[in-house]
Amino acid sequence: MTNKILFKYIDHPDQDKIATYIENGGYLALRKALKEFKPEELVELIKKSGLRGRGGAGFPTGLKWSFLPKNMNKPIYLIINADESEPGTFKDRQLMEYNPHQLLEGTIIAAYAIKCHLVFIYIRGEFAYCAQQISRAIQEASSHGFVGKNILGSGFDLDIHIYRGGGAYICGEETSLMESIEGRRALSRQKPPFPAIEGLWACPTIINNVETISNIPHIINNGAEWFASIGMAKSVGTKIYCLSGHVKRPGNYELPMGVSLRELIYEYGGGIIDDYALKAVIPGGSSVPILRADEIDVKMDFESLAEKGSMLGSAGVIVMHDGTCMVAALQKLVKFYEHESCGKCSPCREGTNWMNKILKRMLAGEGRPEDVDLLYDVASNIIGNTVCPLGDAAAMPVMSFIRKFRDEFDNICGGGKPYGTISFPFR
Amino acid sequence: MYLSEQTRQKIMELRDRYPARLAAVLPVLHLVYDEFGYLGTDQLDEAADALGISRLDMNETASFYTLFPKHKVGKYLIQVCDNISCALRGADNLVSYLESKLGIKVGGTTPDGLFTLWTVECLGSCGTAPMMQVNDKYYERLTREKVDKLLEAWRNSK
Ligand SMILES: Cc1cc2nc3c(=O)[nH]c(=O)nc-3n(C[C@H](O)[C@H](O)[C@H](O)COP(=O)(O)O)c2cc1C
Ligand code: SF4
Ligand code: FES
Repeated sequence: MTNKILFKYIDHPDQDKIATYIENGGYLALRKALKEFKPEELVELIKKSGLRGRGGAGFPTGLKWSFLPKNMNKPIYLIINADESEPGTFKDRQLMEYNPHQLLEGTIIAAYAIKCHLVFIYIRGEFAYCAQQISRAIQEASSHGFVGKNILGSGFDLDIHIYRGGGAYICGEETSLMESIEGRRALSRQKPPFPAIEGLWACPTIINNVETISNIPHIINNGAEWFASIGMAKSVGTKIYCLSGHVKRPGNYELPMGVSLRELIYEYGGGIIDDYALKAVIPGGSSVPILRADEIDVKMDFESLAEKGSMLGSAGVIVMHDGTCMVAALQKLVKFYEHESCGKCSPCREGTNWMNKILKRMLAGEGRPEDVDLLYDVASNIIGNTVCPLGDAAAMPVMSFIRKFRDEFDNICGGGKPYGTISFPFR
Repeated sequence: MYLSEQTRQKIMELRDRYPARLAAVLPVLHLVYDEFGYLGTDQLDEAADALGISRLDMNETASFYTLFPKHKVGKYLIQVCDNISCALRGADNLVSYLESKLGIKVGGTTPDGLFTLWTVECLGSCGTAPMMQVNDKYYERLTREKVDKLLEAWRNSK
């Protein structure tokens, strides 16, 4: 069995109330951080812990913080990315609903470390209950003197705004998110400049994911060495794996980085439903390359999955049994990216549209044999040619599905019957 | 005058809340949506005036966001996620089931104005699929029996 960190109190019904949170050791880390550490020392501590971003890219958190310019006379902003919308991902929502103070405590410490006095928590618009939970938590924390002026007598001031999104996946991308807060259409910005140099209102800005920041209080309490000792050499700490699709027990599982994918599916997820066999798994949210059933002896961390030609991404593990039609499954992914493309650059805007058209034609039995290569070709012309990574996110699944399940595509385009379905029973 | 005095008041409070006024646009869209259940052009124009920004800026930003219906919809806006994880758990057949129970197609509204049925992209509830969002609440791990009960309760509440 493993020791849970973020989900330690998941079975505690009142963990979302400040009294319970404090009873369970909450806000001790904040006291410690303000009393025993200078901001620069905290940045060093987080660097030493090896914590990497949980929003998808796995960028080292302390290093990101250290990119902020020194001695600027502009304000520094912190944005908590709670826009969670990558298909297959549902961890940040649970973290906010069950334990909003854990995120809030991490947020206050992070703000102190980077000398920020105004935080935006950007919560996806549909998550009304999360917004309520966080809003109540902020009120509770303010009345305890953890947010506001002169926090716990330290002289540190902090305001936190909850900012609710408007239903656009692209707002999870950091530059779009900033456009969104600034009140414009959320079209991605070209990088560089990176947000740490020129972000919100052209001021230095740090953007971190909910799960990343929720880890901070635990690192303060238990030390950088403790955190670095969990998991793998380069991917440290625990990770919340979101298990969905054809497993018996879907849900969030917090496990050390590097748990085996096979174990995740068969031990934790209870295996495949209705006694089917496994066909394929998307290991890191809808944007990452798919794995075949014979490729699941892989550790679930940033490096190991990259070696297998896929990515940990947001750790949204989507499981498909052998009754699934891969052409139909891919169309579900592609129509998503077509819908969510912000439209700024043509390879992504036009390419996603074309890919969806070709896939729909295949599913209608009107695919031509040359359509499989055409589809692959469109995808390979998107990848690497767009302003933001959404273009790659749309192209990668297409290319990996075709590479790994080419016979299903050829078969459908040759007038054959699909090998399966996406129309599963609703009982 | 479309906006209530209360909404207008809240918009006024948002004018100087953020480092720049335009940052209040999305919060204002939420306020208008909360009052009307959709964003009408007239309401948006009034909201822009109240906030003190140009109507053009307001409309341009509003049109980007798909969370808010731009026209009046049913009292219960049923949004079923039909993205991958939900599809693997029967979302497409949940949609067909709702279509037949309500007698409308996706995109439609029942003649009594009670229900509108939409399909939407992933709602961050993939582990409890199939699911739907109705107004601002999530209904998860749906079964036929659960859907029947919910529809019944909403029909009786009119
Ligand atoms: C299309 C797209 C969507 C994204 N969506 C999210 C999201 O919903 N939540 C998130 O935390 N990061 C998301 N990211 C990653 C962010 O841009 C950013 O890297 C992250 O929030 C940084 O936080 P971290 O370093 O703590 O991971 C997305 C990136 C892209 C390209
Ligand atoms: S890649 Fe797609 S989402 Fe990103 S900027 Fe270009 S059009 Fe917009
Ligand atoms: S795929 Fe339906 S909620 Fe995520």
